[in-house]
Amino acid sequence: MSVAKPGRILYRNARIVDPASGYDGPGELLTAGEDIADVGKKLFDSVPGDVQAVDCDGLVLAPGLVDMRVQIGEPGAEHKESLRSGGEAAIAGGVTTVVCLPNTNPVMDDEATLEFVARRARQAALAKVYCYGAVTKGLQGKELAEMGLLAEAGALAFTDATKAVADAQVLRRALQYAATFGLLIVQHPEEPTLAGGVMNSGEIATRMGLSGIPREAEIIMLERDMRLVAMTGGRYHAAHISTSDSVAIIAKAKDAGLKVTCDTAPFYFALNELAVGDYRTFAKLSPPLRTEDDRQAIVAGLKSGVIDAIASDHAPQDADSKRLPFPQAAFGGSGLETLLSVSLDLFHNGELSLIETLRRLTSAPADVLGLKAGRLAKGAKADLVLFDPDRGWKVIADAFHSKSKNSPFDGRPVQGQVMRTVIDGRTVFERNDLAQTGAKRAARR
Amino acid sequence: MLYDRLPHTVPAPIVPPMRDPAFPHRHLLGIEGLTPAEINHLLDLSDRYVASNRGQEKTSDVLKGRTTVNLFFENSTRTRTSFELAALRLGANVINMQVESSSVAKGETLIDTAVTLNAMHPDVLCVRHPDSGAVKLLADKVNCAVVNGGDGSHEHPTQALLDALTIRRRKGRLSGLLVAICGDVLHSRVARSNFLLLLTMGARVRIIAPRTLIPAQVDRMGVEVFTDMTAGLKDVDIVMMLRVQNERMKGSFIPSVREYFRFFGLDRAKLSQAKPDALIMHPGPMNRGTEIDSDVADDFERSVIREQVELGVAVRMAVLEVLAQNNRASNIGKVA
Repeated sequence: MSVAKPGRILYRNARIVDPASGYDGPGELLTAGEDIADVGKKLFDSVPGDVQAVDCDGLVLAPGLVDMRVQIGEPGAEHKESLRSGGEAAIAGGVTTVVCLPNTNPVMDDEATLEFVARRARQAALAKVYCYGAVTKGLQGKELAEMGLLAEAGALAFTDATKAVADAQVLRRALQYAATFGLLIVQHPEEPTLAGGVMNSGEIATRMGLSGIPREAEIIMLERDMRLVAMTGGRYHAAHISTSDSVAIIAKAKDAGLKVTCDTAPFYFALNELAVGDYRTFAKLSPPLRTEDDRQAIVAGLKSGVIDAIASDHAPQDADSKRLPFPQAAFGGSGLETLLSVSLDLFHNGELSLIETLRRLTSAPADVLGLKAGRLAKGAKADLVLFDPDRGWKVIADAFHSKSKNSPFDGRPVQGQVMRTVIDGRTVFERNDLAQTGAKRAARR
Repeated sequence: MLYDRLPHTVPAPIVPPMRDPAFPHRHLLGIEGLTPAEINHLLDLSDRYVASNRGQEKTSDVLKGRTTVNLFFENSTRTRTSFELAALRLGANVINMQVESSSVAKGETLIDTAVTLNAMHPDVLCVRHPDSGAVKLLADKVNCAVVNGGDGSHEHPTQALLDALTIRRRKGRLSGLLVAICGDVLHSRVARSNFLLLLTMGARVRIIAPRTLIPAQVDRMGVEVFTDMTAGLKDVDIVMMLRVQNERMKGSFIPSVREYFRFFGLDRAKLSQAKPDALIMHPGPMNRGTEIDSDVADDFERSVIREQVELGVAVRMAVLEVLAQNNRASNIGKVA
């Protein structure tokens, strides 16, 4: 698609927060065409005539979010999420880069599917879409997929998506083979033979008569995997960790110098297993929501930096997959449109500074995946999010841009809202009730 | 006037119907959340029906003109028959719907079923479903009263009520008794409802089972956990045996039937630990020689298994009566 290049746009009167450079303060940012031309305290004494100025009203201007764990149903489950609806959800949530899991139908275990997705995403021209390749053919956990060729076709890293690579020998070879090309393996750490249940094992599950998934399903898999990482020297990333022990295991592995990183999702630091109460299928997630102690440990892991990144773990499910008795309902929660706002809880609750919260949503996941995104450097692509960190709103899943409304945060009051999203210098999303922002109201008083 | 606007086919009640103040709930989905007074109220009402069931004139017109539907997504002869008989004795019209798992395969969801049922205007639905929480899901979508006839491994409140009634009639009280619940507690909705009720009423409850059949952190719910029958049955007033399903017996939870019976089956020797007048209970159907020895099960003095079945009908009559009344009270506003 050829669209005229945007001209020069100056974002002024902003609070610029760039985790990569460590800058958090007032400033201006100039984009020229698709790139960031300059960032600084004051770029012009008088704004040149060819520069379009955008008054940011003192709101936060930050790199667009990089969401490293997103499921899109295209190809195969477009009724749950297409690249277009997923892209619209992403930009509404301030996410400018999404990385999709390969559990599409057909599976992204060959270049053709990967190229199809890349082409469809280009046509949608919304958030930038990257893909993981499958570790094993058909996500069957048996034979290695063509990781080298997939990487050439653009796969950023390799994962069997919502399934663990459970066979130790297969994971060992996958780590070795991936290391041959310097590639990263992303694991869904959950021992499948222990994960037959539908929610976290414990008192709540016992009270509700639901079969439990013990925390040990995750812990055992991570402990085993750390041995395999040490043995092979491979690069390993643990997705959506959810228990206190997982944080300890990753911390120990990092101390030992293993090439290990991990992420978690807002579900696991903002909710606990009580959210399942009354059989709410929207709170049926994989891994399951854990105990309050675990939730607090995940927050601590984010504070200490053991947990590198926050990903939305966006798993769209249509109403028919969730309006079922709890044991029959599908796993997963919608996350793209609440990623920033719920993560800002960490900032508002005093757990993390604003810049550290944003780091886990921008430069940190980009670094894990070797992407240049997630920073406000001169010459970088102008992928930006402008948001009001204080603006309160209530999550109403029915108003989501995503085709699926299965948010466990539905009805939750949150603080912090995306006002504008810019990709490659073009504004792709703008909240049109900008006049009511807190900053403006304060200025008027 | 409220009642002027009612369709003329509905007879205008003389007194505006109100929910039973002693049991103001719309549904009976579980024991959890009920108060001792509410439980006692249901048991008192049940007691009256025990007497009438034993008399010549068993049928009344308490539910005359009302419709109850027994909606069973799981095979059950005993519970369904008990609900059916209870409704018939109250003069209601009864429909039995046995929904095979094949209709789920045909694509009809529970919500669709609820919509279909709403169109039939039943007064009370008695539902059994293999999934925990499914009866609540249905109750949220229908506009009639719902009785949980057993959902997954969650609750089976009428069973707990009839067990409590059996105990109360024999022992004169529930409070202060020591009750042992033995067997497959992990998968048992009967066990959950029973210990919730017994604990609410001030009894002490022990559960006795191999570790593979004890739910995670069940001790936090207030029961004492034992893995040894001899120790666990010591001085108990009541021994409740649970049915162990055969599919659990093939090595997944228990190595074999004979091993289970050896360590956890109720026989004379193990029973001798309990109080001499301890009652033996079982929700049925029994697996003789698996969890209970015939010798004990048929003990005329102590086994109250037959009585449990009898009182089941009375308890379900009481529940249907209260819920039908409450339902009428809740729906009057809607009709107007």
